[in-house]
Amino acid sequence: MLDIFLSSLGQLFTFSHLLFMVLGVLVGLVVGIIPGLGGIAGMSLLLPFLYGMEPTVALGMLMGLVAVIPTGDTFASVLLGIPGSSASQATVIDGFSLAKRGQAARALSSAFLSSMIGGLIGAIVLTGFILIARPLVLSFSSSELFMLTLLGLSMVAVLSGRDLFKGLAACGLGLLVGAIGMAPATGEFRMNFGLGYLYDGLPLVVVGLGIFALPEIVDLLVKRGAIAEEPCKLGEGWRQGIRDVREQRGLVARCAAIGSLIGTIPGLAGSVVDWLTYGHAVQSAKDKSQFGKGDIRGVIAPESANNACACGAMVPTLLFGVPGSGTAAVFLGGLLLLGLQPGVGMIETHLDLTYTIIWSLALANILGAALCLVLARPVASLTRVPFATLAPLITVLIMFAAFQATRSTGDLLALGAVGILGVLFKQANWSRPAFLIGFVLAPGAEGYFYQAVQFQGTDAFMRPGVLIIGALILAAMFIPMITAAWRKRREAVSVGAAATQKAEPPTLGVIDVVLFAALLGTAVVAWVDVADLTLIGGIMPRLAIVILALSCLAEIIRCVIRRPRWEHQAIGLQGLWLVGFFALIGAMLLLGFITAATLFCLVFLLAIARLKPWVAAVMALGVTVFLVGMAEFLTLTYPSGLIDPWLFG
Amino acid sequence: MIQKTAVSHLSLGRLKNAALLGIAITGLGLTSSVQAQDVEVPGNIKWTIPFGVGGGTDVWARFFSPWLSKSLPGEPTIMIDNVPGGGSINGANLFAVRAKSDGSDWLGTSASTQYPAMLNDPRVRYDYSDWTPILATPTGGVVYAQPSLGETADKALDALLQQPVKLAAQNPTGLELPVLIALDMLGADVQAVFGMRSRGEGRLAFERGEADIDFQTTSAYLSNVEPLVDAGKAVPLFSLGALNDEGKIVRDPAFPELPTFNEVYQARHGEAPSGNAYEAFRKFFASGYSLQKLIMVPKDTPQALIDTYRQTARDFVGTEAFKEAAAAQLGPYTPVIGDAAQRHLDDAMSIDDATRDWLADWLESEHGAKI
Repeated sequence: MLDIFLSSLGQLFTFSHLLFMVLGVLVGLVVGIIPGLGGIAGMSLLLPFLYGMEPTVALGMLMGLVAVIPTGDTFASVLLGIPGSSASQATVIDGFSLAKRGQAARALSSAFLSSMIGGLIGAIVLTGFILIARPLVLSFSSSELFMLTLLGLSMVAVLSGRDLFKGLAACGLGLLVGAIGMAPATGEFRMNFGLGYLYDGLPLVVVGLGIFALPEIVDLLVKRGAIAEEPCKLGEGWRQGIRDVREQRGLVARCAAIGSLIGTIPGLAGSVVDWLTYGHAVQSAKDKSQFGKGDIRGVIAPESANNACACGAMVPTLLFGVPGSGTAAVFLGGLLLLGLQPGVGMIETHLDLTYTIIWSLALANILGAALCLVLARPVASLTRVPFATLAPLITVLIMFAAFQATRSTGDLLALGAVGILGVLFKQANWSRPAFLIGFVLAPGAEGYFYQAVQFQGTDAFMRPGVLIIGALILAAMFIPMITAAWRKRREAVSVGAAATQKAEPPTLGVIDVVLFAALLGTAVVAWVDVADLTLIGGIMPRLAIVILALSCLAEIIRCVIRRPRWEHQAIGLQGLWLVGFFALIGAMLLLGFITAATLFCLVFLLAIARLKPWVAAVMALGVTVFLVGMAEFLTLTYPSGLIDPWLFG
Repeated sequence: MIQKTAVSHLSLGRLKNAALLGIAITGLGLTSSVQAQDVEVPGNIKWTIPFGVGGGTDVWARFFSPWLSKSLPGEPTIMIDNVPGGGSINGANLFAVRAKSDGSDWLGTSASTQYPAMLNDPRVRYDYSDWTPILATPTGGVVYAQPSLGETADKALDALLQQPVKLAAQNPTGLELPVLIALDMLGADVQAVFGMRSRGEGRLAFERGEADIDFQTTSAYLSNVEPLVDAGKAVPLFSLGALNDEGKIVRDPAFPELPTFNEVYQARHGEAPSGNAYEAFRKFFASGYSLQKLIMVPKDTPQALIDTYRQTARDFVGTEAFKEAAAAQLGPYTPVIGDAAQRHLDDAMSIDDATRDWLADWLESEHGAKI
């Protein structure tokens, strides 16, 4: 055993291995920082060089890339409110709120430090765990996996706080949207309304960008000013972030452990882990009031988990050949290309390689996070730039990112459509995370439920693992309620009876009314559409519709019974910007993606940001160069339109 | 600045090399026989892969592309263009519309491109008769069972025919289709649990003990199931076999000791399998296994160019270096090239209406799926 350890360590520190690992780290950082690219694009950049390379060296390069992607994408999530990949969606909520409060440097430095520590813990756990992981991985059957998706869904209750029904309605809509596409049980197509684009369902990247990023852009444009609404203290913030991690070391350790263990379960990995740990941070906090408005724990928790999860995801990939995440799937392809077949052999005959992989992950984590930490301070000053200057660049960036999803025009239109929903949700204060959780977990919940019932019948729900997770779910939902009630009672006793009647009335605004009508309308349309599906093919969308409709009705009833406080909800200007966004999509289809993007930036920077003409021209040119360069690197074909073919071939 | 000079150096060096190469080639041209092509191989070849990066077909293409690029006259640059979506239907549809027939556009297809076309899926807007195969690579597959069904293949098969068994599959019209048909012909009551995202997930369900039987293609079987067999945790039942040049199903060279489905059927029923069910099995086996992955070009590509591509493939496939490298990637199978691939493909893709009707009925009654 020791000789294997030593030989892997020797491999790890050979010059060529380190060199290629650094190369992988650098590619990973660049790819991670550009939103929407993520692991899959990074892998596809490296794969062409892989065939024929020495396996240990090539693995170092791949691991460098895999390790730093969940680190690099934090920049976009914190600074711009753009979820770079599925691993950083929970980071957006509090990270971007902190940036708006002028604390971007703090959020970044604590994110990177906890990423680094999380990755290290993940690698340490993995070193021992990989030897005994097989039986544990195999003990998670479809019914336990189903319960884990339920645990993820139960976070909706934790996250929506006082507006439980609105949160549930958002989650129900998410489940419904997530059910678009092929039914896993029967292969039937659902709710595609004859649109070819919807056959595969909506891509996660597009939904994430539409629900989080686009509304923030619109909001900031309406408000004017910079992203940071309060004065930035970059240096002080940077050190504060480091201190925060030290204070929250228990949280870091817990989340890293959760991340690395959940990561080992094939088929779930990235999608639940950040929400689970975010929910855990909320639950374990005494003062929950700042979550969603900029609580550093909301950044630390998911960030310490996602790098650990990337380590854990190696277990099913290496031992079973079943990738736990999108990035792991591409990594698996890389392994095959190197002539390595994943399976028991990775422990029995290639254990040294396996350890090289794990420790490369750890080393690359340290390296990547250190680089990011250095970059954090200067890059955080972006939040001081007037937003009108950044807006066209960010808009083009998220359209580019969305277009990566399936590389079809549908991506842009879907981005706009989800964006409308996002703006409405944001303006009326409906839970956007709840929608996203529903969307992300819909396929897993449905698939595993069906499999559990088919494989195990009713026994499925009597298994010990299922009961344990079930207890966890109940605890997650009810313990906060009980403690809150307990605390309230104690306060009531000490302060006196006056405090007991403080429960606030629900608020209602014009967007709420619009949303109620639209959601109930959606429910009816969807119900009609799924009417002729078979029982098992249609059960999930029907369930989602029921959740959606019942929660809407419950909220309406709540408003009728307890007279709501009328709230002003602005939508006029936001609507105007959205119309502009669709006009931009139209221009891209008509003129061509590159031409329209360049012109849009130029005009926007001149007319709205009022920059000097030469500055605007240079920036617009930069956009052209970026798009053309990316097309070259990633063999992309943008929507060509009338002009692009002339200018860019 | 530094980079700039480096680049110009590079291009100067390249120019010199090119000039030298040019002289060398003209020199060679004088001596070597005239394999002269009327049509030139394009300098850039775009190879559309209708699957995501890192998937089976992508890895397959990335394995082949350096061999092809090195061996083709003029050493063209082969650029792999991944167009995933719709289980490869989207990419193939796009190729059908966009591909140029000057030899610069290739398509890599797999079973999940072939099957929807054979089943007349309404999403399919491509037609295999518009394309010509350059090369096809076969694979095989093995059906295996839990030892709890029986310690030996015979006992397990007996048990299989007496009690309903569960098999984890992707979807009713996925890669498992011929396996499901074969098991049904043997008389097994298979309850397929659909929704697996890969064959690997199906194997996990088997290893967890949720599925009673499972099926894997050759490479996954060798690396992941053989250890289970050695440990007494799985019992191999039969292989699907391999298609020989005459189009007959014979033993799989990867599993010479395992009987094929045909043999097992013969032994159990006393006659060779036949009828609509067997016809469907044979066609889907041929297009999904013996021609699993194909390099296709549009039919109007100049014949001389097609011949060059095929000859190049024949040349490098015969080399020892390729055989050695291919053993890990393709298993012990030899790629099928040119007319042989065309013949097998034509045979596989032509399904008569009776067989298709039978299949539609069977899918609906056995697995509740409409096509």
